[in-house]
Amino acid sequence: MKIENKKFKIEKWERKHLLGLRELSAEEITYILDTAQGFEEISTRVVKKIPPLRGKLVVNLFFEDSTRTRNSFALAASRLSADVVEFTKKDSSVSKGETLLDTARNLEAMGIDIVVIRHNAGGAPTLLSKYINACVVNAGDGFCEHPTQGLLDVYTIRKLKGTLKGLKIAIVGDIAHSRVARSDMWAMTKLGAEVTFVGPPTLIPPKVEQLPVKVSYSLDDVIEKVDVINMLRIQFERLGGNPFPSVREYSHYFGLTVERMKRAKPDILVMHPGPINRGLEIESEVADGRNSVILQQVTNGIAVRMAVLFLVNQAAAEKAVET
Amino acid sequence: MKNRIRACLAIRKLVYFSQTEPRSVRGPIAIMKVLLNAKQIGGILNKLATRIVADTPDNVEIAVIGIRSRGEILAQRLAGTLSKKIGGEVPCGTLDITLYRDDLNSPKGNAQPKVRPTEIGFDIDDKIIILVDDVLHTGRSARAAMDALIDLGRPKAVRLAVLVDRAGREFPIQADYAGYKADAKPGKLVQVLLKESDDKEQVIVE
Repeated sequence: MKIENKKFKIEKWERKHLLGLRELSAEEITYILDTAQGFEEISTRVVKKIPPLRGKLVVNLFFEDSTRTRNSFALAASRLSADVVEFTKKDSSVSKGETLLDTARNLEAMGIDIVVIRHNAGGAPTLLSKYINACVVNAGDGFCEHPTQGLLDVYTIRKLKGTLKGLKIAIVGDIAHSRVARSDMWAMTKLGAEVTFVGPPTLIPPKVEQLPVKVSYSLDDVIEKVDVINMLRIQFERLGGNPFPSVREYSHYFGLTVERMKRAKPDILVMHPGPINRGLEIESEVADGRNSVILQQVTNGIAVRMAVLFLVNQAAAEKAVET
Repeated sequence: MKNRIRACLAIRKLVYFSQTEPRSVRGPIAIMKVLLNAKQIGGILNKLATRIVADTPDNVEIAVIGIRSRGEILAQRLAGTLSKKIGGEVPCGTLDITLYRDDLNSPKGNAQPKVRPTEIGFDIDDKIIILVDDVLHTGRSARAAMDALIDLGRPKAVRLAVLVDRAGREFPIQADYAGYKADAKPGKLVQVLLKESDDKEQVIVE
């Protein structure tokens, strides 16, 4: 019989903020994934609520649009019995000219315990973590990181493939403007996978050679070799200039079509962080096909975010006892 | 003869220096007293099973649920024995009580509680649930386990079975089936070691 407690490779989780995956060790990432396993079953119960964050206040501080991530965090927090306050840019004092730090300090004066923040400026969560006492969880900052997306992606892969060691993973599309690509890259390479960024040269970030990845400008070259393919959305709202001649041309060269899928490994996992542009980066038949794990990613996201909220709160509680 | 003595000395030296820390740093050696050996543990589990079968009406289903992690192993053994005695399979599950602990927000010491999956692959409604743990001490684990259980359904009854029952209750909780009553001073650690998790099988007290 295998005793599961031997799986945890480190003794404890010590970070009260989750700002990015770049700074985490492979052991810390594994610790979160192992913890998330314990939360998965809760969402299948009749009563989907457990008590560990009872009486805690979580603020969803979103300065950018989001449905999936915001709802996923809200759901994760309420399943842990925390209270959730929603704060969006449109209907807040930010539109009256309040700065980020003032907003956060005001929220802190209301007694918040955890801030989940999404901001269009890279580094905003890190800045916030230096000035407030509450735990800070990054829900996406600029083009930097989206750690919980990275975690739920590796969680999904690990669950279906057993391990990430030795897997070949392609991340396809608008890499330059994608925080998901960056968080994925850190998590996947730390856990031993080989990552290739695929996209037109205009959508591959400069100085990419300094990152632990390979680069390919042709999806046809890599499609046969990879075990996992993560299709990114073309983020029209972030694109400046004309990175590709036309949407049709992009789709022709970098879209995941039924034709291309025929050449892929039969057990390839097709992922997408959402929202999907059907027919652009991915054809509907592929997005809904048997290799697609897109909806499983969403489901696993709740377990992963529950684990993250639980762990940062736990670290904060331990730090409070020490001082 | 001389060679043999030399060899002995060499081995002793080797043993001495292979100890990673000098003796003075390791502190006084805790004196361990063995309360139960492997055979006694087996006998106790068998007796517990007999008592459980005797108490269970024929028309009610029973199921065994162990509290991670030692309780999980004991529960599996108990379910095996019960299945043989009843002549039908007794379902067995594992409960992780970490998320129901009452000290999550006031942690003490360095041992951070680790969340692991609860694995109960059957419906607990209307069954008599035999909740299994290795040691009943303060009663806090049993309290947490009951809260966790009722989030999963409405069992007909919950009965607590423990291998070792020691004094020191902080909650109004008692075992229905206690294997062995241990006499241990407050602050002393009673440990159940099982071969599946610890490679040896005994109950010890500091």
